[in-house]
Amino acid sequence: MKINYLSPEFEVVRNEDRCIKCLLCVKQCANGVYTYDETKQTIVIDETNCVNCQRCVALCPTRALKVRKNDCGLRENGNWSENTIREIFKQAGSGGILLSSMGNPEKYPVYWDKILINASQVTNPSIDPLREPMETRVFLGKKPPSMVRKEDGSIDCSLPPQLKLDVPVMFAAMSYGSVSYNVHKSLAKAAQALGTYYNSGEGGLHEDFYCYGENTVVQVASGRFGVHKNYLEAGAAIEIKMGQGAKPGIGGHLPGVKVGPDVSRTRMIPEGTDAISPAPHHDIYSIEDLRQLVISLKEATGYQKPIIVKVAAVHNIAAIASGIARSGADIIAIDGFRGGTGAAPTRIRDNVGIPIELALASVDRQLRDEGIRTNVSLIAGGSIRSSADVIKAIALGADACYIGTAALIALGCHLCRSCQKGKCNWGIATQVPELVERLDPEVGYQRLVNLITAWKREIKEMMGGMGINSIEALRGNRLMLRGVGLTQKELDILGIKHAGE
Amino acid sequence: MMNTINASGADSTEINQRLSQEDGEFFIEGCLGQRFLGAGMGGGKHIRISGIPGNALGAYLNGAEIETQGNAQDAVGDTMNAGRIIIHGNVGDTAGYAMRGGKIFIRGNAGYRTGVHMKEYQRHIPVIVIGGRAGSFLGEYQAGGLIIVLGLNEDEKPIVGGFPCTGMYGGKVFLRGDARHVSFPPQVTLRPAEQGDIDEISGHLNDYCRVFGLDSSWILASPFTVITPNSKNPYKQMYVTN
Repeated sequence: MKINYLSPEFEVVRNEDRCIKCLLCVKQCANGVYTYDETKQTIVIDETNCVNCQRCVALCPTRALKVRKNDCGLRENGNWSENTIREIFKQAGSGGILLSSMGNPEKYPVYWDKILINASQVTNPSIDPLREPMETRVFLGKKPPSMVRKEDGSIDCSLPPQLKLDVPVMFAAMSYGSVSYNVHKSLAKAAQALGTYYNSGEGGLHEDFYCYGENTVVQVASGRFGVHKNYLEAGAAIEIKMGQGAKPGIGGHLPGVKVGPDVSRTRMIPEGTDAISPAPHHDIYSIEDLRQLVISLKEATGYQKPIIVKVAAVHNIAAIASGIARSGADIIAIDGFRGGTGAAPTRIRDNVGIPIELALASVDRQLRDEGIRTNVSLIAGGSIRSSADVIKAIALGADACYIGTAALIALGCHLCRSCQKGKCNWGIATQVPELVERLDPEVGYQRLVNLITAWKREIKEMMGGMGINSIEALRGNRLMLRGVGLTQKELDILGIKHAGE
Repeated sequence: MMNTINASGADSTEINQRLSQEDGEFFIEGCLGQRFLGAGMGGGKHIRISGIPGNALGAYLNGAEIETQGNAQDAVGDTMNAGRIIIHGNVGDTAGYAMRGGKIFIRGNAGYRTGVHMKEYQRHIPVIVIGGRAGSFLGEYQAGGLIIVLGLNEDEKPIVGGFPCTGMYGGKVFLRGDARHVSFPPQVTLRPAEQGDIDEISGHLNDYCRVFGLDSSWILASPFTVITPNSKNPYKQMYVTN
């Protein structure tokens, strides 16, 4: 007999007294945890496949179900954690690279949680956002470094192309393929309603979503899937994806099983074939080469659209960003090491890259020191979890933030981190039609609008407290931040003082 | 009517603006390294170039025809979707990167990474024909389309450089001759071309020979080697869900 070294990670507890045998759990669990035994007329539970996505728990009409961590754990060990041991079992059994999803879950410091925001007391008035005008609109793109007058003395108001955001939050790139049609529809509609942008990701743009083009950022990645003239023309901006926070230095691989008719049409590849995005763009080995791609996209679209270059936060990010700011790009998006993904090698996700807080602060400072900060706008991403994170990011120098994981959570994601299996019970990271149907894009869109509207209100409250009535006056305004429990080195990199100073 | 554009002293944007104003025949004379010429341009344009165009000639090309009398540089036909690019000389690296449709005909040699990540979709089947030899990493990550290397040079050098078809997972590469001295990765298979294979490329080769004034009959009669991805997907076994 083959020994299964892995005990189930979770335990499914069914309250016999409450269960009415409606079999909803059997129908809902795509992982096959529940089956109904006709002869014994009982529900059989196989928790080996449970990923703790809580779908059954949320839908059980009598609240008869509970998923909890299996307490049949291994002997406690401060050095060999249970996860580490399980991973060795998996690799010893398969010879495979460990594959995980969503952002880095390990216990690295979260700097957002060690930064506090200022408020006015006595010496300068705070502002009541309910009764006084508050500006949360930002424009992303190159700004002229100084005012220029025309020959007749009037001010030259011409600007390079800009993105106009009513709220400094955009939806980050998530490709159609990694997430479902209904997720894209929810994001597109919400972006339009909110006056912001969503991002096609690297899988092309579905024909149904061209109508949301004014609120769409189209992405060009190393695989160039679905990239053609009309696609480039369709978006409000074009994003060149150089890297992703969850897997810096690694490409993407959408398995053939996820490439059904619709994904095939959008990516413009045959059905059932793998879609591989190589780790590098094979024509970019230098800033000069990046410039060539940036300018070629501008030439192809008549210099009408800002170009975003998205990079993962890595060790030399400040120098890299300085190069990008000179490449002709209009906007730099920096993705921190906690950014999400549909699938990434576990070791990469958990060990590569640096926190967005440190990356953002050092990029902003470097660009200011070099006098080229106005060359580009900065978008910070990689686990922006709340409006407070947005405020802190802006005060550290961001013009706007990307949210991916937070948007998916709004759509029902329970962060079970099993996207790579393609069987998302919440209809998010899947292409299985019965599962995709579970997310109603009308509901999804409304939930996203609710989330961002609530954040916008909170942003205004916090701005008002600081006595700031325009979000642009907060950008890079590090005096509004203080650190708690940080070392001098960390404070220096963030460019902030310690609380009490 | 032929529109003549004098490229001396003009930058890429000025030339592209002239090209995009109207359809028809264009002649760009005195080209000296201007990049991105013809980027994203659609059908109805036939652009001939004298001199040497710069990088990314015909990037995102969407139906136009571009013909250059001499050499071209890197990234010819980058992410091209439709149309035709004819190069009477040699090209630099990464010609046809990620191209999805249209044709690139090169009379001379091609540099590194020709046809990298080329792909096909339904009726979009891109074709690259190289008259001379190709550099290393030919057809790297190729996902679809046809790459044909004729090796018409008489210098006895190998028809392709090192590591051709690395990471290839779709499409076909045709090399004239038996490719005896070329080593390939284990993820692809080689076989001598049969009549059915030759039928697949004969139309393209006839076009190619017509464009460059070559005799296609002896080329078509030569032996060819066909390289296709190994049907056993080598990637699937690499991962274990964590």
